[in-house]
Amino acid sequence: MIEKIGIENLLILSALMFFIGVYGFLVRKNLITMLMSVELILNAVNINFVAFNRYFYPEKLQGHFFALFVIAVAATEVAVAIAIIISLYRKIRTIDVEKASEMKY
Amino acid sequence: MINDTYSFTVAIPLIVFFSFLIIGLGFGRLKPMVSGIFGTMALLAVTALSYFTAYRYFFVDGMMNGSFQKFIAYDALWMSFTDSLQVRMGVLLDPISVMMLVVISTVSLMVHIYSLEYMKHEEGFSRYYSFLSLFTFSMMGLVLSSNIFQIYIFWELVGLSSYLLIGHYYERPSAVAASKKAFIVTRFADFGFLIGILMLSGITGTFDFLKITDPGGSALTQGSAVGFMGLSVMTWSLLLVFAGAAGKSAMFPLHIWLPDAMEGPTPVSALIHAATMVVAGVYLVARLFTVYVLAAPDALITIGYIGTFTSLFAAVIACTQFDIKRVLAFSTISQIGLMMGGLGVSGYTGQEGLGYTASMFHLFTHAMFKALLFLCAGAVIHAVHTNEMTGMGGLRKYMPVTNFAFLIGCLAIAGVPPLSGFFSKDEILTAALEKDKLLFAVQYAVAGLTAFYMFRLYYSIFWNSDRQYHSKPHESPFAMLFALIFLSAASIVSGFIPFSRLVTPDLKPFDSHIHWAVAIPAIAIAAAGILIATLMYRKESGLPAKTAAAFGGLYRAAYRKFYIDEIYIFITKNVIFRYISAPLAWFDRNVVDNAMNSIAALTNLTSSRIKGLQSGQLQQYAYVMVTGVIIVVLAALYFMNA
Repeated sequence: MIEKIGIENLLILSALMFFIGVYGFLVRKNLITMLMSVELILNAVNINFVAFNRYFYPEKLQGHFFALFVIAVAATEVAVAIAIIISLYRKIRTIDVEKASEMKY
Repeated sequence: MINDTYSFTVAIPLIVFFSFLIIGLGFGRLKPMVSGIFGTMALLAVTALSYFTAYRYFFVDGMMNGSFQKFIAYDALWMSFTDSLQVRMGVLLDPISVMMLVVISTVSLMVHIYSLEYMKHEEGFSRYYSFLSLFTFSMMGLVLSSNIFQIYIFWELVGLSSYLLIGHYYERPSAVAASKKAFIVTRFADFGFLIGILMLSGITGTFDFLKITDPGGSALTQGSAVGFMGLSVMTWSLLLVFAGAAGKSAMFPLHIWLPDAMEGPTPVSALIHAATMVVAGVYLVARLFTVYVLAAPDALITIGYIGTFTSLFAAVIACTQFDIKRVLAFSTISQIGLMMGGLGVSGYTGQEGLGYTASMFHLFTHAMFKALLFLCAGAVIHAVHTNEMTGMGGLRKYMPVTNFAFLIGCLAIAGVPPLSGFFSKDEILTAALEKDKLLFAVQYAVAGLTAFYMFRLYYSIFWNSDRQYHSKPHESPFAMLFALIFLSAASIVSGFIPFSRLVTPDLKPFDSHIHWAVAIPAIAIAAAGILIATLMYRKESGLPAKTAAAFGGLYRAAYRKFYIDEIYIFITKNVIFRYISAPLAWFDRNVVDNAMNSIAALTNLTSSRIKGLQSGQLQQYAYVMVTGVIIVVLAALYFMNA
């Protein structure tokens, strides 16, 4: 079954996901949405890891391990980011990224 | 030569140094009297050690094959820069350093004992004692130095402790000014000393006194060949060394700090500004005497002339002053001038070395009787609470012991036999007569002036008529009297020490006897001086004022110390400050400061222009980053394919 789907399809999918993520990160003002965009970017990378592993080195597992690792890192990162966002919200009563510009200059 | 059996002498300065550390660090925790007694005990130990050293050196094993030996009792490498440039710390024992040990420890011990009473009710008693210890340590280190670099270090240390002790009453502006003056003037002179050291060691290739002063060594002959402005380089370097000595020993025209230094406590004046530190200059010349006499006789005779001139100059001023401590200060300058004069006329071998011997002899006796006079003056000031002799008179009835001690001091310095000053001054005059008639004539006149001003002082304090005293003056307590009596005894007997058998330039003893052809006229002029002073000052009369009027301009000039201070002020304020310092300050303020300020302003301007880049807008940063990455990737693709 896997032979019917070429690797280029998976790479196109991951590239799309990646740029959707970048676009979301650059454009959305809501910090939660920006966090979701970051998740998209990370998952696009995961697809690449797994796809390359499966197509070029089917007898090895490093790509899978790396994907799992990225998922774990992403989870912790989300925990930290949410904590920051909550305390930011407590301080300035909003989660609009443009309002959070205290640390300039 | 190295002599390990004397290595205990290294303890002499170290004991006092630890005493300084303990009193200094325990300051505030020790009771004042405890630190005073502790310091005195340390000094007592050091005095015992010094006397033992002197006894052993002079009478047991210092002499070998008919001449005294120079011993290196201790030697350690301190700083090693290269194989040839090394600074060592050592202890050098030879007749003059051993003699100085005796002088310093005796006078310092007496001052320590005396101060227990004198400073009893003063603020900063512990501080005073810690600095006394520091001074004694530095002075011991100075005389024991085995090389010229070490002597320079201790030279500055005595200058520092002198500064600290002159400024003991630091809440008095005049004391602060005096301490600064003393420090700056001597520091200025030490600049010459430093250059002299560098030149001398550059020529001879060593710092070591033993090598430099070896009469048969190669060090002496080097440097005489190379000339600069008519004099050999050796002469120049020795003149510069003498500049430092002149600063410490208050030779004209660098004498201005010594009279002002009398702002310090009187025992300090006795110790530092009469007996020990001010003769460091004489000691230094004596230390390098072999070099002076063999390699640079021009420099040596210059020293003789400067010393003799200073001696006359200061003696004239001393006749006109009214502050008793200042009279003694000028008297000190005058006597040190005589010592320098004695060195200046000295030769090297045998009887020709009389001037050197006489100078060291006078240094010794002068230390005793001048310390005595200062301590007496301190007792008087303690009793009547003024320094001015116009506020004193008739004190012989109230202070009989002080009166007697002061009289002994005056007779000794005036050169009345059989007191000590007679013998040493006689030798100086004899040496001068043999070498240079002019110097002899001036020194002879100084002898008369000395007798006159000392007895002027004596009669004004202890005779004359009574003044109105706030409280009845009383005799000093026992500790002070003990010091006075001890030093009186020393002033009487120290003249009988056969110095020519102990201290000579070539280390070989020779015989000297009293030269009656010189001694009788010297006694006559001293007697004349005493007689004139008796007529003028024993009873209150109009005679002093009339005499002063008769001298007119000379009296006024001498009273104002020949305007030397004013000349210094003029030179510094009107010449140096205005034409050198002011333009330099302008350059600093306008050119240097402006350059620095412009650099700072430029940095500020740039940063204020570009600080908008850090906007705090997270997505703007991300946008820039993404754009950058895209550009880099595109560039990479383009160049890799190309």
